Amino acid sequence: MEQLNAWFTRLLADNEIFTAQTIGYYAHGLANTAQLVLLSLLIGLMLAVPLAIGRSSPRPWLKWPIFLYTYVFRGTPLLIQLYIIYYGVVFVEGIQDTWLWLILEKPFYPALIAFTLNTAAYTTEIFRGAIKATPRGEIEAARAYGMSRAKMLRRIVLPSAFRRALPAYGNEVIFMLHASAIASVVTIMDLTGAARFVYARFYAPFDAFLFVAAIYLCLTFGILYLFRYLEKRLLAHLKPQT
Amino acid sequence: MIDLQGYGPRLLQGAWVTIELGLLSLLLSIILGLLTATAKMSRSWIAHRLGTLYTTLIRGVPDLVLMMLLFFGGQIGVNMITDWLYYQFDIDIFININEFVAGVVTIGLIFGAYMGETFRGAFLAVDSGQIEAARAYGMSESLMFRRIRFPQMMRHALPGLSNNWMVLLKTTALVSVIGLTDMVRVAEEATKATHEPFTFLIPVAVIYLLIASVSEWGFARLQKRYNVGFGES
Repeated sequence: MEQLNAWFTRLLADNEIFTAQTIGYYAHGLANTAQLVLLSLLIGLMLAVPLAIGRSSPRPWLKWPIFLYTYVFRGTPLLIQLYIIYYGVVFVEGIQDTWLWLILEKPFYPALIAFTLNTAAYTTEIFRGAIKATPRGEIEAARAYGMSRAKMLRRIVLPSAFRRALPAYGNEVIFMLHASAIASVVTIMDLTGAARFVYARFYAPFDAFLFVAAIYLCLTFGILYLFRYLEKRLLAHLKPQT
Repeated sequence: MIDLQGYGPRLLQGAWVTIELGLLSLLLSIILGLLTATAKMSRSWIAHRLGTLYTTLIRGVPDLVLMMLLFFGGQIGVNMITDWLYYQFDIDIFININEFVAGVVTIGLIFGAYMGETFRGAFLAVDSGQIEAARAYGMSESLMFRRIRFPQMMRHALPGLSNNWMVLLKTTALVSVIGLTDMVRVAEEATKATHEPFTFLIPVAVIYLLIASVSEWGFARLQKRYNVGFGES
């Protein structure tokens, strides 16, 4: 044990790459990635719920524009969406003179907008599927109780749809975490950005990228277990009875 | 008509690179996926573990990070091997990794893991009575694979396959970051040069939508073909 300890100290002492400074870069990157992912997921979720309700409405003027939005955002690469927003906002007439420019100047916000719109599109489709899969009997029962449409949505359709959407939404969260690596392309110092910096500085691709891959792997497993736990709690009534 | 300021031909070349890259890595990923599915279903403990390790590791790490690791690390890794060969055995070779090949290998490797999961589920969904019947007819393993397992597996695999292809297509955009001149790269360069982002980025987005729509139609036809004999499901 002592030998192992001594070996480990020697290993870190000889290490030119993983110093306190570079570890600091990675920590900073982790904070940026977490912020970007959590914020875009949160705002995306808030957008997706009304959009999914609209998307499953029978009115064509409500249904088709939302379909077009999800089709475009799910059918094109996130990188293109990011470029369009990142390069695009600069060229909006007169934006540099307004207060909005103070926010949009930093690459963080265009990236946040692109990620939010992207995840909202995917989440809308996930929820639409879940809403559509509501058993007919539940809706008939709600009608028989004389519930209004709003009340039926709030009390019957949405709660059970959220539960049905949980496994697919877990995948979306992991997808978003992985997609956030793209933020490094527009000079954001996220986890991947930190790895690219360390790579460029030391010309050590294996150290830089394997380390960051391990961090992503841990985050992915964390999310996976969180959603497994949630599914176990919230979907317990759907388990086969023994 | 929109004015592409002379970038039109390069944009088309870039689109061709995207399509080629997509199709070749799709092919590689299908082959890898079939191998992975076989490994995961095999009785061999080692093959099973290796297959699981591969799919878990690949699916837990962002595409871009894997791409950079394989792309930037690949050349250094190859150089290490050739150096070692030189010092040990006096064999002097130099291999320069081509960007396009690196892109195909990386994307193929990533999506091989996803395809593996799709195919595994599809193989398991084939009715075991079919396999027993094929055995009773005295079919060899390879004949059975060609005539029974594969065609019936495809029926179950196609929805997942089509989904993977759509994601793969969008992932090809990332190669522009590591230096391959696909249409995203051309559009970005044109944007920086002309300061007109929408003129170049929106047509590229439309081309992606177009490819996606055409493949959707193609997959629907394939699905119909493989569903023959299964009613209107």
